[in-house]
Amino acid sequence: MIALEKRPEPSRLLAMGTPLIAVIVTMIAGGLLFAALGKNPFEAIRTIFWDPLFGEYAFYYRPQLLVKGAPLVLIAIGLSLGFRAGIWNIGAEGQYTMGAICGAGVGLAFYPSESVLIFPAMVIAGALGGWAWAMIPALLKVKFGTNEILVSLMLVYVAEQLLASMSLGLLKNPQGFGFPGSRNIAEWDAATSWIAQDYGMHWGVVAAMIAVIMAYVLLNRHILGFNIRLTGEAPRAARFAGVKPARLILFCLGMSGMLAGLAGLFEVAGPSGQVSIDFNVGYGFTAIIVAFLGRLHPVGILLAGLLMALTYIGGDIAESQMGLPAAAIQVFQGMLLFFLLALDLLTNYRVKFAVKGAA
Amino acid sequence: MTGTLLSIRGLTKAYPGVVANDSVSFDIQEGEVHALLGENGAGKSTLVKMIYGLVKPDSGTMTWQGDPFAPPEPRAARATGVAMVFQHFSLFDALNVAENVALGMENPPPMRDLATKIRSVSENYGLPLDPDRTVGDLSAGERQRVEIIRCLLQDPKLLIMDEPTSVLTPQEVEILFKTLNKLKSEGTAILYISHKLEEIRALCDHATILRLGKNVGTCIPAETTARDMAEMMVGDTLHTPTRSAKDGGAPVLEVRDLSLASANPFGTRLKNITFTVHAGEILGLGGVAGNGQDELLAALSGEARSGSDTITVKDAPVGHLGPNERRALGILAAPEERLGHAAAPDMSLSENALLTGAIRENLTKNGFVDWASTTSFAERIISAFDVRTPGPASAARSLSGGNLQKFVIGREVLQNPQVLIVNQPTWGVDAAAAAAIRQSLLDLAAEGAAIVVISQDLDELMEISDHFGALNEGRLSDIRPAIGLSIDEIGLMMGGADASEGAAA
Amino acid sequence: MDLSAINPVLLIASLMVAATPLLLAAIGELIVEKSGVLNLGVEGMMITGAIAGFAVSVETGSPYVGVLAAAFAGAALSLLFAFLTQFALANQVASGLALTLFGLGLSALMGQGYVGVRPPEMARLDMPVLSDLPVVGPILFSHDPILYFGIALTAGVWAFLKFTRGGLILRAVGENHDAAHALGYNVMRVRVLAILFGGACAGVGGAYISLIRVPQWTEGMTAGIGWIALALVVFASWKPWRALLGAYLFGGINVLQLNLQAAGVAIPVEYLAMSPYLITILVLVIMSADKSGAPASLGRSFHASQ
Repeated sequence: MIALEKRPEPSRLLAMGTPLIAVIVTMIAGGLLFAALGKNPFEAIRTIFWDPLFGEYAFYYRPQLLVKGAPLVLIAIGLSLGFRAGIWNIGAEGQYTMGAICGAGVGLAFYPSESVLIFPAMVIAGALGGWAWAMIPALLKVKFGTNEILVSLMLVYVAEQLLASMSLGLLKNPQGFGFPGSRNIAEWDAATSWIAQDYGMHWGVVAAMIAVIMAYVLLNRHILGFNIRLTGEAPRAARFAGVKPARLILFCLGMSGMLAGLAGLFEVAGPSGQVSIDFNVGYGFTAIIVAFLGRLHPVGILLAGLLMALTYIGGDIAESQMGLPAAAIQVFQGMLLFFLLALDLLTNYRVKFAVKGAA
Repeated sequence: MTGTLLSIRGLTKAYPGVVANDSVSFDIQEGEVHALLGENGAGKSTLVKMIYGLVKPDSGTMTWQGDPFAPPEPRAARATGVAMVFQHFSLFDALNVAENVALGMENPPPMRDLATKIRSVSENYGLPLDPDRTVGDLSAGERQRVEIIRCLLQDPKLLIMDEPTSVLTPQEVEILFKTLNKLKSEGTAILYISHKLEEIRALCDHATILRLGKNVGTCIPAETTARDMAEMMVGDTLHTPTRSAKDGGAPVLEVRDLSLASANPFGTRLKNITFTVHAGEILGLGGVAGNGQDELLAALSGEARSGSDTITVKDAPVGHLGPNERRALGILAAPEERLGHAAAPDMSLSENALLTGAIRENLTKNGFVDWASTTSFAERIISAFDVRTPGPASAARSLSGGNLQKFVIGREVLQNPQVLIVNQPTWGVDAAAAAAIRQSLLDLAAEGAAIVVISQDLDELMEISDHFGALNEGRLSDIRPAIGLSIDEIGLMMGGADASEGAAA
Repeated sequence: MDLSAINPVLLIASLMVAATPLLLAAIGELIVEKSGVLNLGVEGMMITGAIAGFAVSVETGSPYVGVLAAAFAGAALSLLFAFLTQFALANQVASGLALTLFGLGLSALMGQGYVGVRPPEMARLDMPVLSDLPVVGPILFSHDPILYFGIALTAGVWAFLKFTRGGLILRAVGENHDAAHALGYNVMRVRVLAILFGGACAGVGGAYISLIRVPQWTEGMTAGIGWIALALVVFASWKPWRALLGAYLFGGINVLQLNLQAAGVAIPVEYLAMSPYLITILVLVIMSADKSGAPASLGRSFHASQ
């Protein structure tokens, strides 16, 4: 018989160790999945996790790590604040999309000016777009007690439709021969978010690093961060400590929306380059996995974001070289979250295998 | 009326770090009221949970009328004839009385028949109850009736009652005792758990006394003095708090006509509460649980806000202020629920020190936490209040109830409050820690603080209060000097008999 | 623009079809939530049910076997959730999200070979005389059997919760799991069964989309219906008949906006397409004042320690 026994204190070692164990278990389960799909599991795992970093063409893939990792880290940092406080923004995908639309829209309004103010204006607009989109569930929750999970998620579908409308209408490239999608912003010097494209450096990478540091300071050194953690762990104690739940909801949702909006803006002005129907590729949802895999800890999120970026890049390689379906990578990412949640048990509980004789 | 109903031999149950029961043996005769006596934490609850099939013993045996008895689950225990009334009721607020009763029965009759049965049993035993009412709307005494009737409908041979009088007024206790005596005369054995000696002397035929999980003796309560039983229960003599003389301080905390709805849908609304506490005074507020204690604490701590003038401290209106603004003014509070309300279970003691100490102890600068000062504040609490823990980095939940309570009270006391409000300061705390906590409250009052102690432990209130009042359905009785109050008078106050006369502090 | 092209009889008949997947998923989730568990993985279980039902129907040629397979697939996926939340005591919100993310990926993987395939058709009930009645016939008497099953399920769940001992125990567990445990009810068993039921219902709801409503397979074809089903449970205040009402309301809005799109109303297609989601938000806001029907233990983990 298996019995669970609560530890008097959560194990710190396992708190850090479980993500690693989860990754390893997921690799094993993923290998089995790939084998079931008729692919060589060892080759697949190597292609996904080794080749992008150390393979023959690693010089090409390594910069991609920054490109894919930056939006994941940026969004996940924002989400982690809310998740820590028990505020569930799962609509980052929508806020990301809105940040891109607003930022690109403001920039394109001044096309083809080369003013140095354009990019800063786009950044502000992108941040505000994401922030405003997240303030809808925040305000509804504060005012009416509406469930933020469902509202933020519904707004993803609304944002998708807006994106379609924008790429086919308002923001469509007038010189695009009728094809959907906006002008290419990345090739417009005053508006591009690239710093050094060959190295994968764009302003989103910089923003992600700043976000990691700020979040670390906030959570560990600032009373607001303490209040966020307190609210998540013991909401009643938080009220007793004088935390105002409404303000915390507005802050956490607003902040995560803003960071997601920024991620969208940097993406549209750099790696993606244009507002188009298929602009959003699910970073907002994958970032949820990143946030949990990183244990809602800023440094953990940084590492988890890079790992998840690796699976994207490696997945692409495996798709082109081995014909591994893209969906297999999605399954792989989902499994990772499963194993992580299951193994989390070990942090707070001891598992005892005991044969008990009834008295 | 003669044979042994349940025989317990060498029952042992260990949890990590603590042996809850260490080879406990005793017998319960048919048709007797048998007391299980012991302090909080002596292992009484674990023992009855084993009899009721909720917990499996590590070793030891039980025999029921000569046959081996090892209920794997409560269902089996009920089928044998064991019924149990829980200390914290196992009731469902959103369901009605009949549904609640049905859930405690093996083969309940159809709802309509059940309602009729509930009516007849409740009248038969003098426990009036309407089967269609929603349980969440009932008073604590009525809720206990639901539990008792649920048990009686199964014609139990053994009825276990876990601290049944802790939620009753003295008058309600009398009614309960009549019911129990009637049951006994019908041949039902009762296992009666309590730490209240006088009750046991009045009601029980035999008593088994537990201390730290061990059976330390049996006695016939009627032939044993309360003092002897107390000594068996506690083991050594206790440090009794000393009341230092004081009087005639200036009014500090004044509450005027405070009426407030509860944040909880099944909570109690506060109605026209008025009282004054002077410097150096301890006001004890008694009352049965669920009569507005939590709500009053929330209103005083600032978790619930009221009109600014309803609460004043040294003539400054504070009713509209939040908890931290009140802390800045020296109004501190310690709520009843330690884990999750007064303290965050998974956070360290340092972090829990920051929880209420940030303002008065200057633990933040420009919003940034000064962890060094915070840790040293936590260390001060730990040493001043003798909190047994490896150190300030330990999680709050790793502490025993008594140690955590000392930490929680110490955290507030060390901040030099002008006004301190505590709810159930010694609930579930061992005797030594309880005495230390009470002494710290007395010391604080001696230094001139105004203190409100909300408690369901009347002995405790009589020991430390200068004035006494009681809460009943959200109303506060007259406030009267504690000295010279008789148990009857207290009972009437708790029952709300004099609440209509208006308060006079 | 030609509004006269919208036939009210067909509109009502098709709104019932549009409402059915929503209803099935919502009724399942209602039972799950009544037991005190919040499973946010409905979308993931629906899409998995959609592809499992589709694939099995295509392979066996029988839509009924497909629907059965979908129920199994949904239940199997929900078993993962049950393991995480009931045994491993993981956070229910996170576990539900994991289920949805995993389900979306898994369905895409399983559906690789089924894009563009036509599934076998499920015969409509053809009731002599009744089905031929004007107006009433097409609305009430000529649907597929699953649609009627959805209505019957609503009635069954209502009766189960109101009249049976099992329903009483389920409500008790969702209301106060500590008390239920103290009385000797196996909280974990009750919840796992509820979760499995919810998974099976969501699976059938998904299969209804891929086999009857659309009928074909495309990736991510549930398009948020699972999430709307979650909102619907709130809208229904955890009452089965109100879930039915809500599902028909949402179904109606969806069918209406599709008809308006087809009729070429002067509102851009995108804005019509986002209307169901906006209306869901609106309904959530209106209903969020009333939490009276919500089970008190909803979303809280239970571990029988000591």
